[in-house]
Amino acid sequence: MLQVQGKVNQVAKQKPRLFELSAIGVIALILIAVMPLLLSDFRLDLLHRYLALAIVALGIDLIWGYTGLLSLGHGIFFALGGYAIAMHIKLQIPETASSQLPDFMGLYGVTELPWFWGPFSSFPFTAIAILLIPGILAAFLGYLVFRNRIRGVYFSILTQAATIVFFNFFNGQQKLFNGTNGLTDFQTLLGFPISHPNTQYGFYVLTVILLAGSYLLCRWLTSGRFGRLLIAIRDDESRVRFSGYNPTGYKVLVFAISAALAGLGGALFTLRAGIISPRAMDIAFSIEMVIWVAVGGRATLIGAILGALLVNYGKSFLSEQFPEIWLFFQGALFLIVVLVLPNGIVGWLRTEAGNFFRRITGHPRYMITYPQLAEDPEIQRERETLEP
Amino acid sequence: MELFLQSLFNGLSIGSVLLIAALGLAIVFGIMGVINLAHGELMMLGAYTTFVVQNVFRGFGEPWFGFYIIAALPLAFLVAALAGVLLERGVIRYLYGRPLETLLATWGVSLILQQLVRSISWLMCLQIGVFCLLFFGGLWGVKRRPDFERIRNGAIAILLPLSAGITLALGAILGKSAGLALTQPWFGAQGVDVTAPGWLRGGIPIGTFQLPYVRLFIIALTVVCVVGIYLFLLRSPWGLRIRAVTQNRSMSACLGIPTQKVDALTFAIGSGLAGIAGCAISLLGSVGPNTGQNYIVDAFMVVVVGGVGKIIGTVVAALAIGLVNYIIGSGIFISMVSPDSALFNFLTFFATTSMARVMVFVLIILFLQLRPAGLFPQKGRTVDA
Repeated sequence: MLQVQGKVNQVAKQKPRLFELSAIGVIALILIAVMPLLLSDFRLDLLHRYLALAIVALGIDLIWGYTGLLSLGHGIFFALGGYAIAMHIKLQIPETASSQLPDFMGLYGVTELPWFWGPFSSFPFTAIAILLIPGILAAFLGYLVFRNRIRGVYFSILTQAATIVFFNFFNGQQKLFNGTNGLTDFQTLLGFPISHPNTQYGFYVLTVILLAGSYLLCRWLTSGRFGRLLIAIRDDESRVRFSGYNPTGYKVLVFAISAALAGLGGALFTLRAGIISPRAMDIAFSIEMVIWVAVGGRATLIGAILGALLVNYGKSFLSEQFPEIWLFFQGALFLIVVLVLPNGIVGWLRTEAGNFFRRITGHPRYMITYPQLAEDPEIQRERETLEP
Repeated sequence: MELFLQSLFNGLSIGSVLLIAALGLAIVFGIMGVINLAHGELMMLGAYTTFVVQNVFRGFGEPWFGFYIIAALPLAFLVAALAGVLLERGVIRYLYGRPLETLLATWGVSLILQQLVRSISWLMCLQIGVFCLLFFGGLWGVKRRPDFERIRNGAIAILLPLSAGITLALGAILGKSAGLALTQPWFGAQGVDVTAPGWLRGGIPIGTFQLPYVRLFIIALTVVCVVGIYLFLLRSPWGLRIRAVTQNRSMSACLGIPTQKVDALTFAIGSGLAGIAGCAISLLGSVGPNTGQNYIVDAFMVVVVGGVGKIIGTVVAALAIGLVNYIIGSGIFISMVSPDSALFNFLTFFATTSMARVMVFVLIILFLQLRPAGLFPQKGRTVDA
């Protein structure tokens, strides 16, 4: 009996998956092929940047929406990804150049390449480092924090402090990272000129593909047993521990994955923006990332992408029109999302809007809480079939 | 010896600034479990209040000007406390028990306060007043209807855009007709400077260096605040109520303690202390809209290291972090180490203010490995502390 039901469930599951896969494919194709024709160069540039930021938002949704850990330090991982690709680009020095060092180093009298710059001259290393450096750092930091069962707001505060620390570190190291000015003036990557429109279009396509890939990865992670454990940790960590699991490993892993996604987003963003500076490790930016997810809807994945796009478009629109109003608006956005729209846009669509259409079409209200046992049709059926 | 005294004093004065910034935060966090990211902005409000009071006293002439700080301290306390109560009644009370949401909401408030300080002008004051009059007046009018609960959301949905529209239109009209007198921002985006009164300038000379009076004043102020709070919490009837609510909220409510009043009072005191902290830091340097953010994270680290719910933990943590910060940042030990050793390079690398912060963070993380709940953790059997 149970086995039969399991098979039925599997068949039922296959259909939405196929539907979702094709939907993602269609959206990705529209983004790649149609959008460049519709949008002006400026708007396409913005879209490209925001799609890169949406990858970061996916990572935040994974750790905040599903695991309940509010990280205010994703700016670090974002910037690390950005610095990794920027360092690789800065090492693409033509043979004819007078000095075989990145240009800014000459200004500070550096004669020898710092040891950790060396490996970044190889592209494969850089490509792996974009994911691995933020991931390993997050795993290390997460292990130290989660091992002691530091969680909730303490975790948020520690990540926030880490953001300040990294900001100070990168800001202060003129000789190693060009300090406040950051790494800029990118020339070539793998021989392609970076500012050329065709190269940028290539990066755009890459961003769309990687965003779709990240979405699928997160979807896969959260739909299975791993995802259910994450939700269990979010809802009652002690009970997970009492059930015989060790939440530390899962939390470390999800923090690392989330950081790697942030690094990827940072690298793609840097390729378009043409600059990476310690400003990416601003506390405000890290908290902004959280608000994208909150606006879109926590624990929905698609909400994270939607939120990142909507909030950033809103930001660029409003700050173009009224530069000083944006901060008021952003503050109000935080308040509105927390007080009025706790489940974000997607969560609202799922419950309130769903209820609206249900009322119109005459269906009963969608219940969030469990209905009484006596009214649950599943239990009724079980009673009828199982009880004599 | 002189070097030792100097570093002790400097570390102590950094620590006391940290302590006065963290004290209010620790009270609110320890008692109500609320992370108030707008705490730094409440400090900023206190600092700007000091600036305004200073300008008012400047008008009174010289003998009076010296005493503006005496008037500024209670005023800064009151302004910040009032803002804190508004924050608690308006936002935070809906979010008790949801610390992460509180954190986001207070961050939103802090952004709004920052921009408010940058762009507030007479016109804006007028607009805020008109908006409050229209919106809350309208709400008050509707509240008298017997079916208020049913139409509440609808009333808000109508009143909010209506009053906002009227306010914005009024602002646009007035802004065009009245000139700079109305629209000129009071403070602007630049920092403002508070001059210390005459009797706080200079210092006590000890050998080759001197103890600045301003720093001594801040240390004394911190001591007064800590002792005052300690006495208030342990000796006064309201302090007793606050401690009761901290330990068991529902039982206190059963015994007739007005928990909502206690919440508001706690928040008022915590915010008021932020105002005093703002007054103190305004003596140290220029004050701008971003001032609060420079202190907030350090203040939180003090609370985390000290352990929640114990004032003594906050005191020890603040002084310890201040001392360590100064000792690493100033590079006192460099002169004692031979310049060729690896230790020398290590010490010079961290001997700047910003790099000292890096080192202090690493030390804090290491410390939390030993004592995850801080120096003086709350004892109890609760699983979810």
